[in-house]
Amino acid sequence: MNMEGNEKKIKDKFHKVTDESSPKSKLLKNCICAFIVGGIICDIGQFFNNYLIGIGVSRDDTSSWVTIIMIFIGALLTGIGVYDKIANFAGAGTVVPITGFANSIVSPAIEFKKEGYILGVGAKMFTIAGPVLVYGIGSSIIVGVIYYFVSR
Amino acid sequence: MINLGKRVGKQTIKLDSKPKIISAYSVVGPKEGEGPLSDYFDLILQDDLNGQKSYEKAESSILYNAITECLKRAKLKESDINYLLAGDLLNQISSSNFAARDLDIPFIGLYGACSTMTESLGLGALLMEGGFANYIVAATSSHFSSAERQFRFPLEYGSQRHPTAHWTVTGAGAMLLGKQGNFPYITYVTTGKVKDYGITDVNNMGASMAPAAIDTIKQHFEDTGRKPQDYNLIATGDLGKYGKDITLKLLKEYGYDIEKIYIDCGDEIYGTNQETNAGGSGCGCSAVVDCGYIYKNIMSGKFKRVLILSTGALLSTTSSLQGETIPGIAHAVSIEFGE
Repeated sequence: MNMEGNEKKIKDKFHKVTDESSPKSKLLKNCICAFIVGGIICDIGQFFNNYLIGIGVSRDDTSSWVTIIMIFIGALLTGIGVYDKIANFAGAGTVVPITGFANSIVSPAIEFKKEGYILGVGAKMFTIAGPVLVYGIGSSIIVGVIYYFVSR
Repeated sequence: MINLGKRVGKQTIKLDSKPKIISAYSVVGPKEGEGPLSDYFDLILQDDLNGQKSYEKAESSILYNAITECLKRAKLKESDINYLLAGDLLNQISSSNFAARDLDIPFIGLYGACSTMTESLGLGALLMEGGFANYIVAATSSHFSSAERQFRFPLEYGSQRHPTAHWTVTGAGAMLLGKQGNFPYITYVTTGKVKDYGITDVNNMGASMAPAAIDTIKQHFEDTGRKPQDYNLIATGDLGKYGKDITLKLLKEYGYDIEKIYIDCGDEIYGTNQETNAGGSGCGCSAVVDCGYIYKNIMSGKFKRVLILSTGALLSTTSSLQGETIPGIAHAVSIEFGE
């Protein structure tokens, strides 16, 4: 059929036009934004680290405290509705640090509270963080097993 | 006895009874109210929860508001209306079902994703043409926050929006079809086919729906023998900036240049400073622009002949995870006034 042949031509052209029309993510700009914001978050962590060591807290306790403080900041900024705005600018810069992990758990917890505490908050809290935990813990076990044999 | 409409061409019905759109009403959220079309909306919410406990309830309530205010404007009661045709984006079209629960109108629920405005309006016009009703309400709604939580991430989750991503419009629109009076009337209804050219990127809805829009516009011209210059305005639903661009370019391949008269509701509804990237989307997008900007400009005489096409991306959260491509649909309704 002539019509179908015609549409096939359009279809081929469509992919070319779509590639031209649709803008790509600005990789360089996003990397720079991620570097700056991610860097600032790490600086804040380092600040608390230095401060706690400065007042005489042991190194092991310091790393626990810094983790707790950073998770608190991430959760707080999520709760007051600021974290997602920073993230839209920062991209990976806010996802990778531990504050991003806090955000990924607190945001569904807020969102799904309306479906109740058990099947809402309880069931949905790990929808985003769940895969990270599964593969994070999973790969750490594999690495641990390898380490066990290598270090014997 | 009224003349019955007839089929012209492959996908179009010509309506001889010319069902009239005797009233229209649009409700939008605060963000849409800050956009360039704000003067045309009938109600702009201060609070996107609309006093409700959840975004789903809020969406249902604005749809209810749009329908009841639309009736009030025409001084009709719910019991005067023969059919309510409505749908929305949420699972089991719950916004529409729950809005219809509180209405004393026989209800037909529709799902056409974001194409629901012209799907319901077109079907309503056909029912009118068949003589099956005196009054019909066609309505639809969407809500940014209820759509986000169903299709994407929790609201407060920090992620970067893709440059081709759309922003779901918070809004509801309703149109009331009747037989009497000096009002804009519907002359043609072109029902679209599902078109899928293989887009899998859920962040590029404009491209996934463009083929359907192109096909329906082309078919409408072929069926009716009309040309782009016969229209003052052709308005697609929510292709956004980039989908609009694709549509223009590919329609030229079919030999139709609509550039001078073509707008996309999703491209128009937000200002460039509102950071919505590609533009608006959702059932509410074409609904509020059609019921607001377009209907009011037809009434004022600025547009005499308009073709509206709401466009829908027929994906589900499951289908995209299973690697399915995104099919699109577009239905066209031709509205005229005067002469």
